[in-house]
Amino acid sequence: MRRISLTFLPLLVLAAGVVVGARASTAGTTLNLVAYSTPKDAYAKIIPAFQGTAAGKNVSFNQSYGASGDQARAVGAGLSADIVALSLEPDVSTLVKKGIVPSNWKQNKYRGIVTDSVVVFVVRDGNPKNIHTWADLTKKGVQVITPNPFTSGGARWNVMAAYGAERAQGKTDKQAIAYLKSLFKNVSVLPKSAREATQVFASGKGDVLLTYENEAIYANKKGVHTEYVLPKQTILIENPVALTKSGLKHPEAKGFLKFLWSSKAQKLFGDTGYRPVLKSVANSPKYHYKQPKTLFTINSKALGLRGWKSVQYRFFDHSSGIMVKVIGQ
Amino acid sequence: MASSAAVSVRAPGAVFGRAGGALARGIAVCYLSLIVLVPLAALIWSSRSQGVQSFWDEVTKPEALAALKLTLGAALLVAAFNAVTGTAIAWVLVRDSFRGKGFFNAVIDLPFALPTIVAGLVLLELYGPNSPFGVDLAFQRAGLVLALLFVTLPFVVRAVQPVLLELDQEMEEAAESLGAGRIAVFRRIVFPNLLPAILSGVALAFARAVGEFGSVVLISGNIPFKTEVSSVYIAGQVESDNPAGAAAVSVVLLLISLGVLLLIGAFRHWRTQHDR
Repeated sequence: MRRISLTFLPLLVLAAGVVVGARASTAGTTLNLVAYSTPKDAYAKIIPAFQGTAAGKNVSFNQSYGASGDQARAVGAGLSADIVALSLEPDVSTLVKKGIVPSNWKQNKYRGIVTDSVVVFVVRDGNPKNIHTWADLTKKGVQVITPNPFTSGGARWNVMAAYGAERAQGKTDKQAIAYLKSLFKNVSVLPKSAREATQVFASGKGDVLLTYENEAIYANKKGVHTEYVLPKQTILIENPVALTKSGLKHPEAKGFLKFLWSSKAQKLFGDTGYRPVLKSVANSPKYHYKQPKTLFTINSKALGLRGWKSVQYRFFDHSSGIMVKVIGQ
Repeated sequence: MASSAAVSVRAPGAVFGRAGGALARGIAVCYLSLIVLVPLAALIWSSRSQGVQSFWDEVTKPEALAALKLTLGAALLVAAFNAVTGTAIAWVLVRDSFRGKGFFNAVIDLPFALPTIVAGLVLLELYGPNSPFGVDLAFQRAGLVLALLFVTLPFVVRAVQPVLLELDQEMEEAAESLGAGRIAVFRRIVFPNLLPAILSGVALAFARAVGEFGSVVLISGNIPFKTEVSSVYIAGQVESDNPAGAAAVSVVLLLISLGVLLLIGAFRHWRTQHDR
């Protein structure tokens, strides 16, 4: 025993030194950022840029990335978070319900939305199946890939894009739901998450991948050779960011949130494929994206979309939701 | 196997004396409770939080039932397949000598070492639409079974190997000298000695196949009623804010695995009683 403890003594001293050293070096503030996985590349550039500003001096970050729903659940279960960046509003609402995020998180100029995107069709090089419209997706012999909306919160954007696009073309609620049924008849794989869906499509399966524009741009950057089609009608994807109650105690966290809507950070988001929400950046030629003929949001009441709360219940309730029947048909 | 288990139970008492034995037992029970029993109890507790009727409703939802049937069918198939191939591989590794045997022996454990999602990715590359062999099994039940075969490979091999090493070859030689054919020797001497080990390997492989997630989530395609297994269904329930549903199906999986493990344990016990 004595020999063992002597062997470990230097190690203990070293460990103690590291701990003391770490304490000394973190004289500034450490903020915990909990985010969904897609903006990881953007934050890798935004954080250093923030640290280069006066507000970000001596601020260090603990970062955690993962599936949006998983991250929200982790924070709900006690994972330390000062800033949460999630892929859709219901995941933030979960945290509001638990009292972790204050209920007024949407009360700023951008309603808490830090990046936008749209639902697009990713197709094989040269678009061999000639896919341009939502109607093309339900043709015989077209294989569609979309993540399962029950395992991937983000995949719910795809479903609502399809539903809203039908309504925008003058179809009734009943017809739009019938469309969802015929669309999901052509869905041959339901991957668990958006990233996995990209993976499956890259493996050679399917003719069309329903995904977000930024994911399509990302896939292209990572060497998956595809092109994407912007349908005439599609939904505006809005990704929220919020401070938790513990984040509100740090002026640095407020400073970081403000920085996310600065033109510098918005450009960095734009570089990774998101549509910037800051008008001045979005209007600059480099970040100017093609606009679809009809762009609707989850709050487009004329199309029967009455916000996430109602959509979650009507479409995605685990026992009575419309999608339970559509997928299990 | 049975005899070696008996030895290891006796050993601490022999070394540390009676008090030490009690202490060791106490530590073992505490550890087991902390690591295994308490989390399982919590799972069962949360599954019944909504009442028995809702537990039953969750478990008998058509999609949950279909996933459960698929999971059990695939696990049974994989376990049976492993019983044969695992024993054969163990046999080759113990009784044959060939170049690179050490390497093959090490490769057997690779499915344990590899993160299962990596296994899924590799299998998708090899047996997916872009398969270099032209074999496309992805997104169908065959792909699911293949992934399960991959991750459960080591169990039977590693259970049978030590028993085969210990097996007295003189018994076989004696039988052969008395005129028994090779098949008869295997059937009447080798196989009965290996059976307990094969069964415990099969039980572990079955339990693992029932709970496997990472390797199947990519290759199976997760189509409800077709290729969606229970573990993926459970993940869906968690994501849909239905923890009670997730817990209910988990409990069913747990009970089935426990049942199989107990059944095989009982069978082995019965056999050792019966033999002696």
